[in-house]
Amino acid sequence: MARTPEGPPPAPSVQKLRVRYAKRGRLRFSSTRDFQRALERALRRSAVPMAFSAGFHPHPKISYANAAPTGTASEAEYFEISVNERIDPQRVRTALNEALPEGLDVLEVVEAPPGSPALADRLQASDWVMEFRGMPVGSLTDAVAWLLAQERVEVTRVMKKGPRTFDVRSAVVSLVASPAPDGTCAILRAVVRHTTPTVRPDDVLTALYSVAALTPPTPPLVTRLAQGPLHTANAMVADPLAADQDVNGTIGGDAQGSASSEV
Amino acid sequence: MPERPGDRPLPGSAGSSLFSRLEPLLEQVSKPIQYVGGELNSIVKDWNCGGVGPDGQELTVRWALMYPDAYEVALPNQGVMILYEVINERPDALAERSYSVWPDMEALLRREGISQFTVDGHRALGDFDLFGVSMSTELGYTNLLTALDLAGIPLHSRDRVDGDPIVIVGGHAAFNPEPVADFIDAAIVGDGEQAVLEVSDLLTTWKSQGRPGGRHGLLLRLARTGGVYVPAFYDVDYLPDGRIKRVAPATSASGVPWRVSKHTVMDLDAWPYPKKPLVPLAESVHERMSVEIFRGCTRGCRFCQAGMITRPVRERSITGIGEMIETGLAATGFDEVGLLSLSSADHSEIAEIAKGLADRYEGTQTGLSLPSTRVDAFNIDLANELNRGGRRSGLTFAPEGGSERIRRVINKMVSEDDLISTVGAAYSAGWRQVKLYFMCGLPTETDEDVLQIADLAKRVIETGRRISGQRDIRCTVSIGGFIPKPHTPFQWCGQLGAPETDARLQKLREAIRSDKRYASAIGFRYHDGQPGIVEGLLSRGDRRVGKVIEAAWRDGARFDGWSEHFSYERWMRAAEEALADEPVDVAWYTTRERGESEVLPWDHLDSGLDKDWLWQDWQDALNDVEVEDCRWTPCFDCGVCPQMDTNIEIGPTGKTLLPLTVVKAGKANLLERT
Repeated sequence: MARTPEGPPPAPSVQKLRVRYAKRGRLRFSSTRDFQRALERALRRSAVPMAFSAGFHPHPKISYANAAPTGTASEAEYFEISVNERIDPQRVRTALNEALPEGLDVLEVVEAPPGSPALADRLQASDWVMEFRGMPVGSLTDAVAWLLAQERVEVTRVMKKGPRTFDVRSAVVSLVASPAPDGTCAILRAVVRHTTPTVRPDDVLTALYSVAALTPPTPPLVTRLAQGPLHTANAMVADPLAADQDVNGTIGGDAQGSASSEV
Repeated sequence: MPERPGDRPLPGSAGSSLFSRLEPLLEQVSKPIQYVGGELNSIVKDWNCGGVGPDGQELTVRWALMYPDAYEVALPNQGVMILYEVINERPDALAERSYSVWPDMEALLRREGISQFTVDGHRALGDFDLFGVSMSTELGYTNLLTALDLAGIPLHSRDRVDGDPIVIVGGHAAFNPEPVADFIDAAIVGDGEQAVLEVSDLLTTWKSQGRPGGRHGLLLRLARTGGVYVPAFYDVDYLPDGRIKRVAPATSASGVPWRVSKHTVMDLDAWPYPKKPLVPLAESVHERMSVEIFRGCTRGCRFCQAGMITRPVRERSITGIGEMIETGLAATGFDEVGLLSLSSADHSEIAEIAKGLADRYEGTQTGLSLPSTRVDAFNIDLANELNRGGRRSGLTFAPEGGSERIRRVINKMVSEDDLISTVGAAYSAGWRQVKLYFMCGLPTETDEDVLQIADLAKRVIETGRRISGQRDIRCTVSIGGFIPKPHTPFQWCGQLGAPETDARLQKLREAIRSDKRYASAIGFRYHDGQPGIVEGLLSRGDRRVGKVIEAAWRDGARFDGWSEHFSYERWMRAAEEALADEPVDVAWYTTRERGESEVLPWDHLDSGLDKDWLWQDWQDALNDVEVEDCRWTPCFDCGVCPQMDTNIEIGPTGKTLLPLTVVKAGKANLLERT
């Protein structure tokens, strides 16, 4: 005998919020699923009036966008939530930060204007920084030059459905090697277009290894500084929430293009 | 870059963080999140939070706590979580957690020369005063050896020196710690909450007095309390045939008692732990908040070690339970609550609890579950109440034995008609799947007893189809080999051998499969007999089994509770090698029946149960005589209450749960102000 859920259907969504958060320190080792569980619990702890899907297993309405891989830090991760009562974005930011573990830090909450285009469509490219501890900058500079000189650099990565080979070079918009100010490590900045499959920082490393046998002594510390609309002219990744802030008339967090100041 | 929280300023000194050395390894292992700590409600205290005494003695009590299994299984363990919080609430003490590392991490730690570490402060295990290990299953023994070895703590207690941690085991397996007697310094049996505080007090006093007698002096003080078993202070003599002749305090250890008592916490409402359950970032086996609604069980199931060693029943009150859930949910954000105990439907106010919680959390998307397996219609009412409006997928019952006769043997008083009317009630309330738990290899069992499980399952399906009017209902039969455990009436019985267990299960499988009308509706899950023999060896072993454990571990045994890591051949090889010069072997420990007068390896650990009563209950089992529950019939003299000076603590209190307003207050704070 089939049963249907008792009681009234869940209250409808009245507001959608877009959230930028950072994944820092040791919590860079959390996976996308780890974050999702932590967020759902944080939303419950902070009593955010979430809108739920209908049915026997109602789920809070959250959409996640393009999360950074496990092991990489990020200053620019995004998700959207729908709520069934209007709430104040700044209060939500404070409440969520109290409820999330240190290292998963909410940086910015804005309201999505009704009918605004999907956030995922605005996430066209990422700006990555990779810190190579104990490596001279010279070998990195050479490897970068080699990579940029190629038209195609194919790498193979094992995915859920087996190994897949794809081009890295065409997704790389810019690649710059520099020494750290204190001279202890070499730093690589990479602006990478979001393609299918996604070219991840470790794919860029594999490509550097394949063209120039670059083998860092330890894996680099990787941080996503920004993701958003790509301005190809100057290889800049813009703030994907800028449009929403304009509509809201609020002043959001730091401008995305200068996020490197946090590094 | 943001500061990495694990790092501490004093590299190389005791208590300093290993995180900066671990971090590069985390890039190379599976599921690195399990090693980073920082879980919600975890805590890292100052290494010197206890300060110093007037003569400069350092006075901090430092516990490393471990559940020797993988993080995903170990983190939700209630025992460790409770002790972690109880110890950390004490201003002069700190507790950090450590879990078994997977083989990929073990290899890297060995290569880099990094110690087994705690996930909280990433401190080396060897830096702590006390290393407390919760052993709920004997299959974790090899993981204990890995942790000791990785920590650079000598494997054998006799090789440890001043400055090495005191290795203390607790948990249900500690009720027979003899197989690990060589590797541990002490065992504490029974409830741990008060015991860890008493040990902490003793350590503080010893430290403040300038550590008289060193390590030996501290162990002697612990042993003299009568509540801490120090194996090194007891001598075991054997008879020529291999049986134990005598276990007695060593002459060198004056003032050490002949028997060591278990600890029993009374008034559970005074111990509302965990108050702030740990919330892992990594996925774990129990993604919910658990509340222990009572401790102990006097149903008297003769196979059940937990029920025997945790007596008497001590209930948490309905209001105490309500408060724990309220604070626990607020502290964690979990969306599911599990009401734990050995038989949750037996709480004297369970109906009021179920209704009160269902009312309180209605509309909040909070799941409530009662992992009880009692076979009666009342259980269905409870499940319905806790599941208001939810999808009714599956219910689990544990008849344990296939025939009414064998159920009398094990004292699980359920008639076949009870069972059928219970599942009938479940199907008519809309539940679509029923899981039935059984054991194979129970004392006096024949093929016929086990084959009756097939008939029972068919009757269940038939009943379900008739009542629901549908064909797509299911019944899953789950069956495992019975392992005789210490401190139970079955501690004397011979375990069924692995080939015999497998053959019996094979016959059952064929009986279920043979009838086409039902075969597709009945699921069959079973466990092979071989792991049960190893568990049986470790459960009822004595000190000589320690050599087997060490040999198996040296041969690579790890994570023996995981079928993909377990190797029966390795264990048998190790046993043959290690017991070659002894008059005993694996069969002697497992399939051999013991006599009334035999000294059992755990006789000097006092669970409160009277050995004569246990023997009488064993004889009653063989004669199909059942025993009632002392909560609603007169005392049947198991011995626990007078021996331990305890009493049954049950309701009803007559109180109810009032509606909550807290959730609404939290939300009001977030609303837009217009």
